[in-house]
Amino acid sequence: MTTAASPAVKKDKKFQGVVVVNRENCKGCGFCVEFCPLHALELEKGYNAKGYHPPFLAKPDKCNGCDMCGLFCPDFSIYGYREKLDSSAA
Amino acid sequence: MSAPVKENPVNKYLRMERMPSIWCPGCGIGTTVNCFARALDESKIPLDNLAVVSGIGCTGRVAGYLNADSFHTTHGRAIPFATGLQLARPDLKVVVYSGDGDLSAIGGNHFIHAARRNADLLVVMVNNFTYGMTGGQVTPTTFRPAIASTTPYGAFEQTFNMPMLADSCGAVYVARWTAYHVKQLAKSMAEALSKRGFRFIEIAAPCPTLYLRRNKLGEGLDEMKFYKEMSVIRNGVDTREVALDYRKEITVGKFVDRERPTLEDAMDQRYKEALGAKYVPYVSPGAAKSQA
Amino acid sequence: MSNATSSGTLTGSHYLDGDHACSEGAIAAGCRFAAGYPITPSTEVVERLAQRFPFVGGRFLQFEDELAASIALLGGAWGGAKACTVTSGPGFSLMMEHIGLAAITETPCVFINVQRAGPSTGLPTQPAQGDMMQARFGSHGDYRLIALCPNSPQECFDLTFEAFNMAEEYRVPVLVMLDEVVGHMTEKVVIPEDEELEVTERRWTKKPPGEFKLFAPAEGSLVPEMVKPGDGYRIHVTGLTHDERGYPKMTVPEHEKMQMRLWNKIVLNADKIVKYEAKDLDDAEVVVISYGITSRIAERAMKQARDAGVKVGSFRLITAWPFPEKEILQLSKKVKAFVVPELNLGQMVLEVQRIVEGRTKVIPVPHVGGTVHDPQVILNAIVGAVR
Repeated sequence: MTTAASPAVKKDKKFQGVVVVNRENCKGCGFCVEFCPLHALELEKGYNAKGYHPPFLAKPDKCNGCDMCGLFCPDFSIYGYREKLDSSAA
Repeated sequence: MSAPVKENPVNKYLRMERMPSIWCPGCGIGTTVNCFARALDESKIPLDNLAVVSGIGCTGRVAGYLNADSFHTTHGRAIPFATGLQLARPDLKVVVYSGDGDLSAIGGNHFIHAARRNADLLVVMVNNFTYGMTGGQVTPTTFRPAIASTTPYGAFEQTFNMPMLADSCGAVYVARWTAYHVKQLAKSMAEALSKRGFRFIEIAAPCPTLYLRRNKLGEGLDEMKFYKEMSVIRNGVDTREVALDYRKEITVGKFVDRERPTLEDAMDQRYKEALGAKYVPYVSPGAAKSQA
Repeated sequence: MSNATSSGTLTGSHYLDGDHACSEGAIAAGCRFAAGYPITPSTEVVERLAQRFPFVGGRFLQFEDELAASIALLGGAWGGAKACTVTSGPGFSLMMEHIGLAAITETPCVFINVQRAGPSTGLPTQPAQGDMMQARFGSHGDYRLIALCPNSPQECFDLTFEAFNMAEEYRVPVLVMLDEVVGHMTEKVVIPEDEELEVTERRWTKKPPGEFKLFAPAEGSLVPEMVKPGDGYRIHVTGLTHDERGYPKMTVPEHEKMQMRLWNKIVLNADKIVKYEAKDLDDAEVVVISYGITSRIAERAMKQARDAGVKVGSFRLITAWPFPEKEILQLSKKVKAFVVPELNLGQMVLEVQRIVEGRTKVIPVPHVGGTVHDPQVILNAIVGAVR
């Protein structure tokens, strides 16, 4: 159900955007993909039980957790937030 | 990732056990509800104090999905129900959430009177330019010459300029946004929630299955992109200039923001002036809790 | 106005017309919210509420039409207030949709109809009893509610008061069906002290949020308890077919479950709800079944008949709905005939005929309305019944 962030690329990056997708409730409208200001989302090639293609965080390092995706979603099936990175993470 | 996944903060405003909603893929109603949830967050209204009243139609289903005391009433009559509820319970924040057909056609009379008397209601009208639930019939906001199931050769009537109608009847807050303008809409809703009197927000939103498909206007996303491209923000402009037309520029913004006594204020004031000390003001039953 | 008690009840002996007595009945019952629209011959009820409410902590608003008034009172009722509206024929027709909404949502509320001659605009200032079937079947779909018929200003007070109690008891819309003559006749109305008036309060639940279900019958009852918005219950009330939580559940089994509980709520409680006034039934060979103003005319006819040696009894409907089926069925087994005078072309008489199933003669005494019967006409029917 979830899409997690991948390890930080920039060494000085303190925050990481996290996007959580409810794959089963998504209706594949594409609002989130289109209106993500950082173009970090794409629709999956896979699909859920209803046949819709949910989004996934295709470019996790671009995501800043702004939650525009969440605000646009008519089905409350995606949201983003910023997470503070552990300084111990590589 | 170091922390466990957070729950969607919007969930607490929704009856999650009833998801997914019946709304079509690409329908804009859910987006407006999302914005409403953010507005509730920002306005800090306790969810227990909120009552949502809706009419019939796709937008009318909002009442059933919001996790608040909600009332799914009859077609066009959400406003008088809400007026009655608000008068009986001045301690509640009452919001009417309904569609263009419900509010401007069958509910038109109630709309203008509630605005005239400045009933203390926030009326959110999702305008998808059609009666969606019943299969896409013409409404007072359907443009010429758009196709609808009851105007199969194209609509031929002048449409309502709803912000102007609300303004001319005395609404104290009038705004129009589209489902694309999520940030502005959430802010507008928060502003309106914190005001008293008749507040009206029109939201243009896609109806992909009916209005868009019949008029070959693409999917919900296409309509959202159209809103992005064709909207012009004109805050404070005279509402006589914000009429919409088919595939033309969409004027959005906050047009009216003023104060005048609400229905309740006016009522109380009149009784005080006429009866003086003999006036026994109404006491809301909200003071006493349900549980004995 | 000035001798009202601090509770608002106008205790004392008064000379009031039926319309005004209805208003006082509402106030005595604790009604503090009303929504109205003017329509002859009912306007005086809301006029008096508009005058009295500011002295007793009530709120009245005249709405833009009956459609608004009839749903605004539901809004007030759901807010937690005891609420009513008042109308006559054309307005009654407009209110039908919301009577149906009140029935399916089980909203406790009172609708007062001061009947006038119809159909349509008809005779606005003149009486009829032509809305009796409409009281039962006026809204679409199957539903049951309670309808009371006062025949005097005193009863206007008593039965309007009772209507509010029944509305709370059964969580149902209750209709008070008077007619223009009862509404505009002035008689003595005695309003008791508050201590003598038994007000049924709303059946607020003791269950906490999460456990309470707005449309699940209370223990040992067919009627659910109530809550109000703002107390954390996060209720959902819809006119769609719904489950016990109130959420739309539009399947046939759920519809049947909901419908049968709403139906049984009234039908299986009929014994407790049905009210009537019976006189001289012991030796009666013919029984006059009447209600409202017609019962007052029938009284004279029955007296004249008894004086002439005819063994006539009276069965006066106080609840028109639910109809006193058991009682009429019992009576039909021992009397020769029922005479049913009405200010209409035959409405409640259809119920009598249905129940009697041909076992006894049923003699309608119809009247197009506009005025009351000539007692002679009813007397003729009574005498003719035993010949």
